[in-house]
Amino acid sequence: MDFFNAFLNPEIIARYLPALIRAVWVTLWISVLVVISGLALGALLAGLRAYQKRWLSWPIVLFADLMRALPPLVLMLVLFFGLPSVGIILADWFVLYLILTLVLAAFVEEIFWATMTSLPRGQWEAGAATGLSFLQVLLHVIFPQSLRMNIPPLVNRSLTISKMTAYGSVIGVKEIVSVAGSAQAFSGSATPLTMAALAYLIIFYPAMLLSRYIENRFHYEH
Amino acid sequence: MDTIIDAFFNIDIMRQATPLLLKGAWVTLQLCAVVILLGLFGGLGLALLASSGSAALRLPAFVFIDIFRAIPPLILLILIYAGLPFVGVRVPPFVAVCIAFLLNNSAYFAEIFRSGIKAIPKGQMEAARATGLSPAQAQTWVILPQAIRNVLPDLLSNVVEIVKLTSIASVVSLSELLYSANMARAVTYNSSPLVMAAGLYLLLLWPLVRVISRFQRGLSISH
Amino acid sequence: MTAAQPLPTLEITALEKRFGETQVLRSIDLNVRNGELVFVIGPSGSGKSTMLRCCNRLEEPTSGAIHVSGKPMLGIPRKELDRMRLQVGMVFQGFFLYPHLTALKNVTLAQRKALKRPRAEAEARALEMLDKVGLKHKADAMPSELSGGQQQRVAIARALALDPKVMLFDEPTSALDPELVGSVLKVMRDLREGGMTMIVVSHEMQFAREAADRVVFMDGGVIVEEGPPEEIFGNPKSDRLKAFLSRVSGEAA
Repeated sequence: MDFFNAFLNPEIIARYLPALIRAVWVTLWISVLVVISGLALGALLAGLRAYQKRWLSWPIVLFADLMRALPPLVLMLVLFFGLPSVGIILADWFVLYLILTLVLAAFVEEIFWATMTSLPRGQWEAGAATGLSFLQVLLHVIFPQSLRMNIPPLVNRSLTISKMTAYGSVIGVKEIVSVAGSAQAFSGSATPLTMAALAYLIIFYPAMLLSRYIENRFHYEH
Repeated sequence: MDTIIDAFFNIDIMRQATPLLLKGAWVTLQLCAVVILLGLFGGLGLALLASSGSAALRLPAFVFIDIFRAIPPLILLILIYAGLPFVGVRVPPFVAVCIAFLLNNSAYFAEIFRSGIKAIPKGQMEAARATGLSPAQAQTWVILPQAIRNVLPDLLSNVVEIVKLTSIASVVSLSELLYSANMARAVTYNSSPLVMAAGLYLLLLWPLVRVISRFQRGLSISH
Repeated sequence: MTAAQPLPTLEITALEKRFGETQVLRSIDLNVRNGELVFVIGPSGSGKSTMLRCCNRLEEPTSGAIHVSGKPMLGIPRKELDRMRLQVGMVFQGFFLYPHLTALKNVTLAQRKALKRPRAEAEARALEMLDKVGLKHKADAMPSELSGGQQQRVAIARALALDPKVMLFDEPTSALDPELVGSVLKVMRDLREGGMTMIVVSHEMQFAREAADRVVFMDGGVIVEEGPPEEIFGNPKSDRLKAFLSRVSGEAA
C-alpha cells in the first residue's frame, strides 16, 4: 500500500492531471516542430553537400560533427546562460527547439548523405544523360530513393530527439518533466513523476510499435 | 567581438575552472565505463531472449525493450533518484544513474544486437545444428560473433550516445563534467566553463563521430 | 570535305582522355553520318566505353572537340550542356532505371522536367516509345518486376522519348542472360531500320556483321582500323585486329 501511496496516489493524480495534460501539449508541439524543421534542414544540408563545393561541404561536415559529438544538454546550457551576457535573450522553449532541431538536422544530413553516396553511380549518370540538371537529378532521382531507404532510421532518430524535449526541464520549459518535478516538490509525493513516466509511455510506446512496423514494412530492396 | 570572447572564451576563468572540470571529466569517464559495460551485457541478454524461439521469453523481452525506449532516460533517472526515498530506499546519485542507464541502455543495445542476429541467414543456425552444436552453443559460437561484427558501427554510435547522455547525471547532482562546469558557471557568472566542457566532450567524441561517418561512406556522386 | 557533304551528326575530333598518369584515349577522330550505325569493338580497357561516355560528357575529355549536328559539346555552360545531352541518348550496360518509379514514369521524367513537355503529351509519347520496344503492357510495372531484358528496353524507350539525334549504346546486352539478349537486339535493329543514328559498343559480333554500316576497332586508346563489317571481319589488316578476332571467335567456339 505504501508503494501505491507514494507512486500512484489517486488524490494527487486528480490534482495534477490538468497541469500535466497541458505539459503534454507543450511536449507534443515542440516535438512536432523539431521533427518538421529538423528533417527539412537536414535534407537541405545533404542536398547542398551533394554539390561537392569545398566551401559548402566543409562547414556542413563541421556542423554535423559538432552537433553529433556534443551533448544537447551542454549546447542548451551554453546558449541559455551564455547568450544573455552578449545581449541576446531567447525564450526557454526556443532554446530547446533550436538545439534539438540542429541536432536532428545533423543526424538527418548524415543519414541522407550516406545513402546518396551509396546509390549506384549510374543513377546520377542516367539522370544526367537524359538532360536533367544536377538539381533535377537530386530532387527527382536521388532524393526519393534516399528517403524511401531511410524511413526507419529517420523515424527512429526523430523519436529519440523528440524524447529529448525532457531536457527542457533544466532551463524551465513547462514540459512534462518540469511540471512533474515541481508538482513532486509541492505535493511531497513521487506520484507526479510516475504520471510523467506514464505520459511518455502513452505517447511513445505506440510510436515504438509503429517504428517496428515501419522497419519490417519498408525493408527496401534495391 | 570582445564581449563574445569574454562571455564564452574567457581564458582566465577557464584556467580557474580547469581543476574542477578535469575532476568532473574523470567522473564522466568512470561513469561511462560502468554504464556502457552494464548496458552491453544487459542488452546482449535481452537480445538473446528477444531472439529466442519461445514466445514466453520473447514477448516480455520486447515489452521491456519498447517501454524503456519510450521513456526518456531523464525522467527515469529522476523517478529513481527522487522517487525511491518515498518508499524508504535511498540511493546515492551514482547508483541511481547506473540503474537508470542500465534500464535505458540495455533496451537500446538489445535492439541493435537483435537486428544483427535477425540478419544472419537461417542456414547458419541449421549448419551449426547439423554439426552437433546445441542451440545455445550455435547461438554463442556461430550466430553472435557474426551478428556483433555486422552491427559494430551501430554499437559505436550507441556508445557515443551514451557518453553524451551521461550529462543528464548533472540533474541529480552527480559531479560529472557538465555538473562541474555548470557549478563553475554559477560561481563565476560566466559561460566559459560550459564552453570548456563542450571542448572536453569534443575531444573525447569527435574522433568516434568521424569513425562512424567513415563506416557509412560510399562514393558515387558525379556531375 | 566538300560543301555538298552534309554535316556529320556526331563529330569527334582529336579527342584525348587522361586519368592521372594513364592515357586512356589518344587523338580519336570519328565522324558518324546521319542514319549510320557505327559499331565499336576492341578488348576491354581499349577505351571504347570511355570514348562513348565522353560524347555526352559523363566523362570529361582532357582535350579535343565533340560536335553534335555541328554544335559543340565541350566548353559550353552547364545549362547548355543539359540541353545538348537531350540530343544524345545513352543506354547503359547496367540499365539504371529509377527503382522508385514505374516504367512509364521512368520514360516521362526527363520529358517533363528537362523538355518541359505537358504531362499528357509526355505520357502519350512514353506509351508510344514503350510500344515501340514492345512493353506498352508493362507501363505500370516497377523496374524490380521486370526482367533484365525488359528493363533495358524501358531504358531505351527512356532515351528515345527525348527525340535524340544520336543514340549511344554502352555494352547494352553484356549484363543480360543469353536468352534475353535477342529482345534487346531486335529493338536496336528496328531503330536502325527507322533511320536512327547509333554508336554501339558491344561484343555481339554477329549483330555487328548484320547491322553495322561501319565497324571501328579500338585498342590501347586509339582507333586501329575501321571499315565496313565485311572488310573488318573478312579481311583484317592489322595484327592487333587479327589477334583480337581470333581470340573472340575462339571464345565463341
